[in-house]
Amino acid sequence: MFQTLKNLTNKFFVLLFGRKKNIKIGFYGPPNAGKTSLANRICKDWTGEEMGIVSRIPHETRHVQFKEKVEIKHKGKTLLFKLVDTPGIATKIDYEDFLKFGIRKSDAKKRAKEATQGVIESIQWLDDMDAVVVVLDASENPYSQVNITIIGNLVARKIPILIAANKIDLKKADVKKIERAFPEYRVVGISAKDGTNMNEFYAALFEVAQKT
Amino acid sequence: MIQKKLKGLSLQIIPYSEIEHLSIVERVKKLLDLILNNKIIILHGRLRPEEEARLIEDTMALVGHIKNFKGIELAVIEPDVYKANFFEKIKHGIAKSLIGNSVALTIIGPASVIKEIKRDPKRLELFLR
Repeated sequence: MFQTLKNLTNKFFVLLFGRKKNIKIGFYGPPNAGKTSLANRICKDWTGEEMGIVSRIPHETRHVQFKEKVEIKHKGKTLLFKLVDTPGIATKIDYEDFLKFGIRKSDAKKRAKEATQGVIESIQWLDDMDAVVVVLDASENPYSQVNITIIGNLVARKIPILIAANKIDLKKADVKKIERAFPEYRVVGISAKDGTNMNEFYAALFEVAQKT
Repeated sequence: MIQKKLKGLSLQIIPYSEIEHLSIVERVKKLLDLILNNKIIILHGRLRPEEEARLIEDTMALVGHIKNFKGIELAVIEPDVYKANFFEKIKHGIAKSLIGNSVALTIIGPASVIKEIKRDPKRLELFLR
């Protein structure tokens, strides 16, 4: 009901102003899949600024962060997005895992505490999204329950999904494996790090945005 | 001589009928109570996506507040309905609406006991600590 109302408002806006209002696009996925790297890449491409800090240590993003009014152009069309970068969703968080990266024990504990809150925040924001880019690490096994739970929740809420198979610059990356795991969804292989295949990503993003 | 004590592994099998009548909050609480007692749960059936999300939320709320609790490991095994033919999909859908998703099996356990669950379409491997 709420989703239908939202779609109608969007369509009304297009009729009135010729372009869609700020489409809220969420970046969801497990930790260290490259959600912030992708959000940064998009921001850099269209606004010249970055959005958040990236790190090889998991759970670097521990609060939802936004970038308002990102205007993206593709094949003569323009859409206005609000980018919502979310903390990685995990079923377990152990501060000892952070110690391996040379973090002090007190900082690791603080990071773990903030990371648990971040997971809760991410899940609570799901209802607020117009569309979601699920960012997966193409060099990892896609059949993890977290990925399935995220996608299942988006489907249950009727939120359009685009899967970004990130890190195709890595030797181990296997985009086909992600396509086989999620055959019902559009999967685009990208490298947020070096910008490979971003044109195809923007084309797919526009397709997903049309469904909102 | 150093002797290593091998602790017993406690599995709890729950038929879907046992949680069917419970609300989402009660279901998640029941599962978490067992997990906090270091039990590995084999649930006959699967939780709905919103229940899985709630389970993760409630788990995260407990991490750091209960000694040695680091979270959970979770995996679901179910027939690949995407590859099933039209009639099999219909059959699966009817069964699901009548008796819940009882063809699936859900494995949930504390991350302090289960190190990792590796899953691919054909098998599931459980690695214990």
